[in-house]
Amino acid sequence: MDRRDFIALSLALAATQPTRALAATQDTIAIGGDVTEIVYALDQQHRLLARDATSTYPPEAQALPDVGYMRRLSAEGVLSFAPSLIISAEGAGPPEVIDILRAASIDYVEVPEGYDAQAIIAKITAVGAALNVPDAAQTLADQTTTALNTALARASETNGTPKRVMFILSTQGGRIMASGTGTGADGIIGMAGGTNAISAFEGYKPLSDEAASAAAPDVILMMDQTGDHASTDDELFALPALQATPAAQNRSVVRMDGLFLLGFGPRTAGAVTALNRALYPV
Amino acid sequence: MALADHLPQSRVARARILHGWLALALILVSLFSLTVGATEVSLGPALWKLATGEALTRMEAIVLWDIRMPRLILGLLVGSALAVGGAVMQGLFRNPLADPGLVGVSAGAGLGAITAIVLAGLAPLWLSRIAGDQLVPIAAFFGGWASTILLYRVSTRRGRTSVATMLLAGIALGALAGALSGILVYMSDDRQLRDLTFWGLGSLGGASWAKVVAAGPIIALALIAACTLGRGLNGLALGEATAAHIGLNVQRVKGLAILTVAAATGAAVAVSGAIGFIGIVVPHLLRLGTGPDHRPLLINAALLGALLLVLADVIARVIIAPAELPIGIVTAVLGAPVFLWILLRQRGMVDL
Repeated sequence: MDRRDFIALSLALAATQPTRALAATQDTIAIGGDVTEIVYALDQQHRLLARDATSTYPPEAQALPDVGYMRRLSAEGVLSFAPSLIISAEGAGPPEVIDILRAASIDYVEVPEGYDAQAIIAKITAVGAALNVPDAAQTLADQTTTALNTALARASETNGTPKRVMFILSTQGGRIMASGTGTGADGIIGMAGGTNAISAFEGYKPLSDEAASAAAPDVILMMDQTGDHASTDDELFALPALQATPAAQNRSVVRMDGLFLLGFGPRTAGAVTALNRALYPV
Repeated sequence: MALADHLPQSRVARARILHGWLALALILVSLFSLTVGATEVSLGPALWKLATGEALTRMEAIVLWDIRMPRLILGLLVGSALAVGGAVMQGLFRNPLADPGLVGVSAGAGLGAITAIVLAGLAPLWLSRIAGDQLVPIAAFFGGWASTILLYRVSTRRGRTSVATMLLAGIALGALAGALSGILVYMSDDRQLRDLTFWGLGSLGGASWAKVVAAGPIIALALIAACTLGRGLNGLALGEATAAHIGLNVQRVKGLAILTVAAATGAAVAVSGAIGFIGIVVPHLLRLGTGPDHRPLLINAALLGALLLVLADVIARVIIAPAELPIGIVTAVLGAPVFLWILLRQRGMVDL
């Protein structure tokens, strides 16, 4: 258990009791950082009873009670809020718990996952339909489409050969865990006008030192966070695997907030532009 | 009964009295486990409603009957299976540090579970249709069972099982199962990887009546079989040759003990993942208190194992409610210091 859970718990104890009685429409639990972001973007946050541990944006969301990690939900913990609607990102679990929640006559809406512009619009539409605010969802979807189109157009204007980007999830014990294809990182790199330096495998996998050198990334992309995944630039480029790469020679590393970068929600247009600017500084 | 004469009667008597106390404590802890949880639902008011013929609310029915009850039963089954599996294993190997984890049974069951998680997509349609969500527990059980059979084949020559060979082969088998699991982990995608991490810590969180039905009969059979092993394991403690001379069918005892351990551990790992330390701490606590006679020890181990696991589960699901901790964390945090304390108190054991 980490400290954040404790803080969330104490906040939960302080915050829920008065507000729960307040609004009769407060009936929803949001599971998944992207789902929670969309609920807030639709201005429906007054309906939220609780959220999961991955829902860290906007910061106000962290004041909501935390029902735990989305893949390891507790049936009784979720039921203790007596929700009538659960909106969940794809892949919440364990399956037995989801079965119980469905059996408890709760509307359980699963929002499909995806790593491109259409998937973001589909998520917004699904969350809007679940919350019964299709008009607001349509408006948000239109805004998001416009913003994404603008960002994608700007990203595709980049001149010259696209930069080879390697997304590194962690470098624990000197072993590089990098993103292959079919991930959020792969999706956002492509949208921002870069090329994923690793196309030999799917998903996140440990990369051998030689494979990392052979991938020859121009830029290293990492999540900006503390803890296991954190490593300073010096530590990073001291890794033998990276020393021979162009990225190390230029000391070129981009760090961005994980949920912002990989959430594929309303803020993704911003993430595309931010990553594009970081890859191709003017 | 000649063996019993050599044992101090006071400790045997104390062990028998302990049956009653442990059973009483187990009932109290079970009622407590049905009473507390993240929701405000409680056992007392619900029973009162039943007694007065009032209908339960849907929430009460679901929380008590579909969430807490299967979880309690699964906790009782798994806890007693792990503790008895450990006690039988220690008796069989005449090694107080033996544990089903040691002879590759847990590793084999783990390999089965990981195979099912990673390769579920490749399974033929008829198989996934029959097994459904039970694919992982079933695969874990067969993994544990297959590794026990393999182990037995390797270490048995002309009807004689060499315990030393079995121990070594078990360690090798565990390493092999671990390596194969590693390959599968490498092949897994991001989402499967997260399932694997949490599966490894163990949890009763996915308890359901289906799991109780799947694991219950196997564990119950293993526990009944274990209760008949007490005298045989006492005999084995004298050494195999001596045991044979006092009229024990040594091969039968060993064969039954191996099957018991495989069934209990495989079924337990299958439904709850790898839960550590119950199998090694519980028999030790009991031996320190009431001596090494296996006849009362096995029964006490079942009771105390169930008691501790249900208690650990209550802690796991209440301490950070509405979220919950994997139970493996609770048992390891409570179990590891106890185990170290045992080692410190009994330095001599390390020299065995």
